[in-house]
Formats: sequence, C-alpha cells, structure tokens
Amino acid sequence: MRTVVTLLRKDLLLELRALETVPAMILFSIVTFVIFHFALNREAIDGQLAAGVLTATLLFASMLAINRLFVAEREQGGFDAFLLAPVERSALLVAKAAALCLFLVVLELIAVPAFDVLLLGPALGPALLGLIAVLALADVALAVIGTLVSAIAVHARAREVIGPVIGLPLLIPALIATARALGPLLAAHTTGTPPSRWIAFLGLYDLVFALLAYAVFDFLLED
Amino acid sequence: MIGIAFALIFFYAPLDADQGFIQKIFYLHVPLAIVSLSGFVFGGLLAIGHLRTGERKWDMRSYVAIHLALIFGFAGLITGSIWAKASWGHWWEWSEPTLVSYLIVLLLFATYQPLRFSIEDPERQARYASVFAIVAGAFVPLNFIAVRAAQKFVHPRILTLGGGNLPGSMRLTFVISLLAIGLLYVTFWKFEMAAKNARGQLRAARRALLGDDAVRPMGRSAAPS
Repeated sequence: MRTVVTLLRKDLLLELRALETVPAMILFSIVTFVIFHFALNREAIDGQLAAGVLTATLLFASMLAINRLFVAEREQGGFDAFLLAPVERSALLVAKAAALCLFLVVLELIAVPAFDVLLLGPALGPALLGLIAVLALADVALAVIGTLVSAIAVHARAREVIGPVIGLPLLIPALIATARALGPLLAAHTTGTPPSRWIAFLGLYDLVFALLAYAVFDFLLED
Repeated sequence: MIGIAFALIFFYAPLDADQGFIQKIFYLHVPLAIVSLSGFVFGGLLAIGHLRTGERKWDMRSYVAIHLALIFGFAGLITGSIWAKASWGHWWEWSEPTLVSYLIVLLLFATYQPLRFSIEDPERQARYASVFAIVAGAFVPLNFIAVRAAQKFVHPRILTLGGGNLPGSMRLTFVISLLAIGLLYVTFWKFEMAAKNARGQLRAARRALLGDDAVRPMGRSAAPS
C-alpha cells in the first residue's frame, strides 16, 4: 500500500511540474466539442446523442494519457529501478491506474461543465449525481484497461498506434454501458436515475478486468 | 468428415420452409462462428499454459490457435453476410447483438498479430502476446453479454432456446457440420504446429552442422528459431 502511495505521489508530482498530459487532454476535449458543434450542425444536443458525444470525447482524450503513461519509465530506466526494489510488482499497476483515473477525474471536472455550456441542451442539475456515478465507473474502466494496454504497448515499435488499436476494442463494452447509462440522464426530461442494468454491467466489467489485469501484470514487467 | 458433412448438407437435410436453399449456408456459417470463438478462448487457455510454465511451445500453440481462429472467424463473418443478404436483404444489421459482438471480437483479435510482430525481443514478444491472449480470451464472453444487453434481436436463435426448434434431420446435419468444422480446425492446428516444429528442428540441425551463418534469420515469425 505504501508503495502504491509513493508511486502515485511521484506520478502526480511529475505531472504537476511538467503539466503535459492533463492540459493536453482538456484542450483536446474542448476542441472536440467545438468540432462536434460544427459537425452535427446543431445549437444544442440532448439525450442519447449528447451521451454519445461526451463518451466518445472522453475516450479519445483518455487515449492521449494512455499513450504517455509508461513512456517516462521506459526511457529513463524506471522499469529497471522498480524491478530492483523489493516491492510487489502489481503496485505499479495500481499506482498507474490510480494516476490515470485521477487525470480523468480532473479532465471531467473541466470538460463536463464545458460540455454543458457549449453543447448540452437540458440543464445538468437533476442528473448530476447519476452523471458522477456513471463517469466514476467509466473512469475506473478506462484506467484499468488503459494501464494494461499502455504497459503492453510501451515496448512495441509503433507505440502510439498499437495502444489505441488494442485498447479501443477492449473498451467497447464499457463504452456501450457508459453511453447507454448517460443517455436517459442527459435527456430533456430526466428522472436523474441512471438505468441500473448498465451501472451493474460497468461495475462487473471493472471488477473482472481489474482482477485480470492484477493477475497478468507481473508477466509484463519481467525482463 | 467434411465430405460426409457436405453430402449430408446437400442431400439429406430438408429445405427450410421459408428460406429455401439459401438456408443451407447456415450449416457452414454457424459452425465456423462457434469454432472460431472457441478457438479464441482456447488460445487464451494455451497462453495461460505459457505464462505458467515459461515454455515457448505453449506460446506457439496459442499463436497458431488464435490466428487460425481469426481466419475461421472472417470466413464465418463472410458466410454470415451472404446469408444475411439472402434472407434479410442487406449485408449487415447493426441491431443484431450476435453480429456486432462477433465483429468486435474479430477486430480485437485482428490486432494480435500486429502487436506480436511490433515487439522485437522474442521472449518479450511471446510473453506480451500471451498476456494479450488471456485478456482477450476473457473478453469474449463479457463482450457477448454487453452487446446482447444493448440490443433487440432478429438473428435466429437456433441454439439458445433449449435445443432450438430444429427438426431431427436438420439437427443431425448441424451436429455433423459442427464436428466437421471443429475437426478441420484441429487438423489445421496440428498441421501448422508440425510444420513449425519441423522447421525449427531443421534450422537447429543446420546451425549445428553448418554454423550459425548458414541459417538466415526468419522475418516475421512467432516460433522460436
């Protein structure tokens, strides 16, 4: 546990000092919203369309973070240093996934209000709690799969290509669930409660892939 | 076995009531789909064997299983498309969970070979490919559940409803076709494994007799050489 916290602190400190990933993600999201406004040629969107736009934007913004997640480790010998330390190897997985999750939360804290202002028709007020719940589960899914895929891709040749190419199909069920859960929440007359079947599915997906990632991660770190 | 299966398909099974002769492609399409999905999961299980024992031959088995399953999978996709055009009128149908989940699985496994061959160190390549095979193998059932929950269905549910409503003669033909395609898959698998093993032994013999220079390095290959 202490290892995880130490690694997490290191990643967050690095990000705070360099400010590379999160601002890029935020900028990307906002530009994407603008592009969607012109691409869809509408004043405001709601319902399933809005949920789809938001989900797709978050997904592609997260790809930016996923591409960069292990790069510093690879280029500056972080993997070797970590392997030499007498700690549990899956701590790296947990720490990186937690860092990615936090980046996504920060992204959403800015991108969702931007979405509300720029594109969304109905007010977010009643749906806010449901939205937070769904996005929290989606963040965990993106974080787990993103970390796994990033660890696989960092040693491959065409790193920035392979990462999204593997990660996107793996994330499709989670995205289906996120988009379907957000659809009723962003509709004009929303009850504010997300459909429970998709929440349950997202939870199941998170659990299964978290356990799976935990089980296989050690093999990715061997020399 | 394949010969028997085809004979049965064309002469024994009666014509389906509302689809006529075209329905017979079902005897190819469904077994191909079933065998390919099982092949993916089988590849994942073999990959577990590789990670547990550390022997490269398990990884080779997993690789062969997955790439054969991918070929069978694309054949299944194409035969399904032909059947769809003939019986529903269009080549693809988004509102059908079986098709969409199958497509997603195929897209995922199509990335297996690019991933594999983009990693240069052979040990690492084998390990990472095994990790991917395990994760993707576990993904197959999960994906199926997700897509099924998302959409209504028009795809004929032949197997799911308690044995389905196939009359006896059709059921027999179907089972034999399934066995035939399954055996075809296993045959290809064994054949390819034998070919890779033979090539590896030949190269080892050449190396031992003629020295390392006499053996050219192979380009893209999953096998240890």
